[in-house]
Amino acid sequence: MRYLPKSPSDRQQMLAEIGVATIDDLFTSIPAEYRLTRDLDIPRQHGESEIIERFRGYAEANANGYASFLGAGVYKHYKPVVIDSLIQRGEFLTSYTPYQPEIAQGTLQAMFEFQTMICELTGMEIANASMYEGSTGAAEAIMMAVRVTGRNAAVIARTVHPEYREVIRTYATHQEIPLSEVAYASNGRVDMAALAAAITNDTACVLIQSPNFFGTIEDVAAVAELAHSKGALLIVSIAEAISLGIVKPPKEADIVSLEAQSFGVALSFGGPYCGVLACKEKFLRQMPGRLIGETKDVNGKRGFVLTLSTREQHIRREKATSNICTNQALVALMTTIFLTVYGKQGMQELAEHNLAKADYLRSVLAENGTILFDGAPRFHEFVLDVPEGAAEMNEQLLEKKIIGGLTLHEWYPELGPGASLWCATEMTKRKDMDAAAAVLAELGQAQLVGQ
Amino acid sequence: MSTMTAVPEVEAATKFVGTPKKVSTHVNQNEGLIFEKSSPGKKAYRLAELDVPAIDAKKLLGPALRTDLGAMPELSEIEIIRHFTRLSTWNYAIDLGMYPLGSCTMKYNGRVNEAVSRLEGIAEAHPYQPQALAQGCLQIMKTLEDALIEITGMDAITLQPAAGAHGEFTGILMVRAYHESRGNARRKIIVPDSAHGTNPATAAVVGYEVANLKSNAQGMVDLAELERMVDEDTAALMLTNPSTIGVFESDIHKIADILHAKGALLYMDGANMNALVGKTRPGDFGVDVMHLNLHKTFSTPHGGGGPGSGPVACKAILEPFLPKPIVVTEDDGSLALSFDRPQSVGRVRIFYGNFGMFVRALAYILANGPDGLRQTTEDAVLNANYLRAKLKNAFELPFQQPSLHEVVFSDKLQAKNGVKTGDMGKRLIDYGFHAYTVSFPLVVSGAMMIEPTESESREELDLLVDALKQIAREAAENPELVRTAPHSTRLQRLDETAAARKPVLRWRGQAETGLEVGTPAKEW
Repeated sequence: MRYLPKSPSDRQQMLAEIGVATIDDLFTSIPAEYRLTRDLDIPRQHGESEIIERFRGYAEANANGYASFLGAGVYKHYKPVVIDSLIQRGEFLTSYTPYQPEIAQGTLQAMFEFQTMICELTGMEIANASMYEGSTGAAEAIMMAVRVTGRNAAVIARTVHPEYREVIRTYATHQEIPLSEVAYASNGRVDMAALAAAITNDTACVLIQSPNFFGTIEDVAAVAELAHSKGALLIVSIAEAISLGIVKPPKEADIVSLEAQSFGVALSFGGPYCGVLACKEKFLRQMPGRLIGETKDVNGKRGFVLTLSTREQHIRREKATSNICTNQALVALMTTIFLTVYGKQGMQELAEHNLAKADYLRSVLAENGTILFDGAPRFHEFVLDVPEGAAEMNEQLLEKKIIGGLTLHEWYPELGPGASLWCATEMTKRKDMDAAAAVLAELGQAQLVGQ
Repeated sequence: MSTMTAVPEVEAATKFVGTPKKVSTHVNQNEGLIFEKSSPGKKAYRLAELDVPAIDAKKLLGPALRTDLGAMPELSEIEIIRHFTRLSTWNYAIDLGMYPLGSCTMKYNGRVNEAVSRLEGIAEAHPYQPQALAQGCLQIMKTLEDALIEITGMDAITLQPAAGAHGEFTGILMVRAYHESRGNARRKIIVPDSAHGTNPATAAVVGYEVANLKSNAQGMVDLAELERMVDEDTAALMLTNPSTIGVFESDIHKIADILHAKGALLYMDGANMNALVGKTRPGDFGVDVMHLNLHKTFSTPHGGGGPGSGPVACKAILEPFLPKPIVVTEDDGSLALSFDRPQSVGRVRIFYGNFGMFVRALAYILANGPDGLRQTTEDAVLNANYLRAKLKNAFELPFQQPSLHEVVFSDKLQAKNGVKTGDMGKRLIDYGFHAYTVSFPLVVSGAMMIEPTESESREELDLLVDALKQIAREAAENPELVRTAPHSTRLQRLDETAAARKPVLRWRGQAETGLEVGTPAKEW
């Protein structure tokens, strides 16, 4: 086996030095009746070229050469080449969690830079060194708010990503955190009157997403004022991190849960991504996840360490703030490099391009459909309603090798069968947008004829 | 830079100072924080030309428009490459040498895994693209699932959990759902005192009381004590097997019987699965539910602390409770995601899991095949026992039972001279290795836990043996040298107490050390 650095004679000599005759003498602690005496029934050993060939086959069995308008919590942006060339350095790729800071300053300093950038982008005072991804990050944020306030319930906007809400339900059930959901108003933003009614004396936090699942930018300041007036914290979940280049940061929030996938991380059929929690400094002791702090070595030189681990499970065991152990260090490094490449100006320009593309897409699709939730600003996603039904529309689009917007009927039956969620990023080409619009126009014509 | 022989000169002549054979010191580059290198107006990007009309952001966004991005850095591409390359050279890594970290399974990460995960049709697959256009991704998941089910001897699996602790959370949720379906969630989870900290933390997150099971004198499950503790209110035992001292629980079937007799379940923490693959199967020895760590046993890279991946495998009785969706085979042979799972614990994560790690783990399994996986386990166990044989006279071996993939020594002999396990771990850094696992498991005072994995050659093992023996001699003859280690690194011991007392968790604008103002810090 090509990964194993031993010759047969190495093995024999080592067995002799241990003082046993055969390798199976080292497995005698496993009761005989449980020892496997046959080969595992798995694919045979493959040569490297066969492995590549096999995965090429898998890749070809996926969509190829399709234009796509899917977003909905995960976004295709350009990934500068330097990201991959840097993260494939073995010193980053194959290093362990930085528990020995003297030989892990590379990872530690990069994570400290990550924490700083996340603070700058979100308007929060502190950030952790990343979480699994956005949905579990939001669930952890709610549990954190419960610990901070001593209250027990959470109010969640219906415009938070539906799968995020499912994940939160899974976590909340066993923490016995009652959840209530608040509807959206006609402009797509959270319904403020319903929100006011939903917050009680037991509400630890209000969770909203901005831009929300429909792409609408929430009035964070107004929601914060309402939540705070009733003694609840505000958690803002952000699924499209690129929006932070041009949309005001949610400074009024108490906790921000960010999904940073957009910062240079591949779609990869759903993961790995990069969640991160940022918050006001006063909540530091209740923050879950790893934190990197600055300190000095015995000679007074600046260095970085994992810190405040007394919150964590390996010290506190069942009394820990969370059971979370790993972060997403390598993915956080990718986002850090991405943010360094675009920097202060590039983030703004990039976000503006996203805005421009989505505005064009909206304008061409609006010719043969209705754009829902007008009246509030949006970033690069919007809901389109077509009379023919979203499923029929997407079938027609697929014939032209276009993957249309995500149908919303199952998650939002109240929107009817015609609603779908469309997204354009800086990667979306005008010709594909025009082609999609042409299919919609044909569909409209066909329906007119049919009538 | 300090040197290897940074000991008081007078004493140096008389006291033993070891000679590292694996490393020499060399120059490495200084580098400030990225923010300290930034200058307004520098760029490392150029966007594609906009092919749609430009917009007026102020008009579209109104008061929601952002006008200031704070201290985000501005640099050119060469500076970015140098910055992160310099940082990278300050890290130790598997690619540089052995990590003797026990329970962490730091093995070689095959590069073909990285190559296939970057194939465009795989890397750019959107999780919501129509299932008919995602058959390749679903085939990868199904093939991996089938292989992991066969390897563990279980009946069903979910790949959704994002890491080991997340897998534990998922597994215990399923335990809870199982008991609830039978009318009573039960109240407590039993966790041995030798367990990883994530085990009790997980039980608490799922709303269970944690009952600590004291290990017996051999560091193993105390059967009498277990029998006394298990009652109709016990939901499960969370057991690591082989245990955290690297020893197989030979009474595993009795443990399972004690639990099952009271309707409780056996959860296995799969952290140490690298000792078992191809040699025995948890499903065959009574385990009801377990998690795997793809970033340990199945070689997906640690990346400095993640991403991980923590699939959960279970017996048929727990299958209805798996998180949704699951991958199913349709009548026409195509694959689909099934959401119709009324008894499911729900979702534990958005989408389907850390898919990129599935790709890498499957590539690893294919590179090995059944013969390679068995040889891998055998070599891992061979390496641990070789180290045990070579080091047992230098360090105290608190437990005498046969070791599988890792061996736990203690600092008892060296502590007499005031040298602790942590000190020797730090000194090992000077010899060109990462430290072993320090002070864990908690059942051994002054634990030194060593897991070489199969990835180490005999030469590398001999270098470790040589280093540890020299350190043992230093501990006897020159304890201060060990107590103040490491001496050869960029930075020496860091003040962790100060870091925790007055946390500085982000850069705030002043360069404190490193390059002085006025020195040519920038590239131009």
